[in-house]
Amino acid sequence: MSLDVSTPSVATSTIETDAVIIGAGPVGLFAVFELGLVDVKAHVVDILDKPGGQCAELYPEKPIYDIPGLPIVTGQELTNQLLKQIEPFGPVFHFGERIDTLERLPDERFRLKTDAGTEFITKVVVIAAGGGSFTPKRPPLQGIEGYEGTSVLYSVRRMEALRGKSVLIVGGGDSALDWTLNLQPIAKSITLLHRRDEFRAAPHSVAKMREMVETGDVRLMIGQVTALHGEGDKLQGATVKTKDGEERLDVDVMLPFFGLTMKLGPVADWGLQLHENLIPVDTEKFETSEKGIFAVGDINTYPGKLKLILSGFHEVALMAQQAAKYVYPGKKVLFQYTTSSSSLQKKLGVS
Amino acid sequence: MVKITFIQPDGSEQVVNADPGVTLMESAKMNDVPGIEAECGGACACATCHVYVDDAWREKTGTPSTMEEDMLDFAFDVREQSRLSCQIKLTPDLDGLVVRVPAKQF
Ligand code: FES
Repeated sequence: MSLDVSTPSVATSTIETDAVIIGAGPVGLFAVFELGLVDVKAHVVDILDKPGGQCAELYPEKPIYDIPGLPIVTGQELTNQLLKQIEPFGPVFHFGERIDTLERLPDERFRLKTDAGTEFITKVVVIAAGGGSFTPKRPPLQGIEGYEGTSVLYSVRRMEALRGKSVLIVGGGDSALDWTLNLQPIAKSITLLHRRDEFRAAPHSVAKMREMVETGDVRLMIGQVTALHGEGDKLQGATVKTKDGEERLDVDVMLPFFGLTMKLGPVADWGLQLHENLIPVDTEKFETSEKGIFAVGDINTYPGKLKLILSGFHEVALMAQQAAKYVYPGKKVLFQYTTSSSSLQKKLGVS
Repeated sequence: MVKITFIQPDGSEQVVNADPGVTLMESAKMNDVPGIEAECGGACACATCHVYVDDAWREKTGTPSTMEEDMLDFAFDVREQSRLSCQIKLTPDLDGLVVRVPAKQF
């Protein structure tokens, strides 16, 4: 029995597939498995640069105690095991990318585009985005939104744009230190501001930064920003509070590095019905208000919902049955067990 | 029971009673204390459970661990009194504890 109906791709950079899974956390990864059993091929997109989602980003070393059959497992171990489990299905991963747009095509399929320009045409979409996409934390400073993108930057896409500027870098981790070192040669001035005189960054970057402070190439301040000043979207200054009092710095650009937080992000703009930043689904197929778009794991809501990894695993199993109906219309989906079905075992590469 | 007073930025007070053994963050969440978000659920991974411990209690609550200090880098308006409430376990010793909720979590 061959269910391989992959269509030849037409546009050069457009990927045609059965399913696009948004989110490579444990639930997104297991979705690859359940879809794979019913011959639905999947591409997986995640904004992080690695698989595991919150498990890998927030608590890789924390033990989890409520995965059935695994009395104790860390987030990283669970991720690794899931990756191994889904290997037979050959999922294609797209890390460091965020799906920005989703549109339904006249033939009922969907066109998805990422912020990196990757384009997918897919028959079903599975949103397994957990708490949403990880986005840089915005310091709660009055009026900061107005400067974002022009003079307050959470990542540097083009270093050249900072040539000759007075730059204030805030934070004490690797990003803050790396940009201090990288931008120092081209910026007019660099001030590194951190709340304490200890850094969570690679020791050699810290050493290098301290050297630059010695030579006067970088100014290090211990304190916190309390206010921003400027006109329109142009930043002109920042008030910094140190233990000696407040000081106003002349600043053209501020780069705050306060880690990541989760935001629903572009999902909110795809015309799906939402309830308090969650996506309501039915409990039979875990389908959203839009046919062919499913939501599984922490991002969905339904009566009695529990945000547990194990609930997400159950959800993807049911979701896959319906997804298969869309991918192979008219074909009867035969329910089978991995313990006894020779066709499933073949797919898993164990027979 | 451990009695805790949460003081909001506007000065309003909320007194909650918690069982010893739970964390300060958990006691806040169970009693719907506003301003404690605890996005990561107590994994010391989000810094959105930031509180200021009243000076009179700082000795009893102790000082943050290295991991907590690192995570405090991601909190806003960090002061000497800053702690992450998910990292404070309530003991009978802390009966009467007073903490302030910051104006904003990140
Ligand atoms: S709840 Fe996340 S750090 Fe305390």
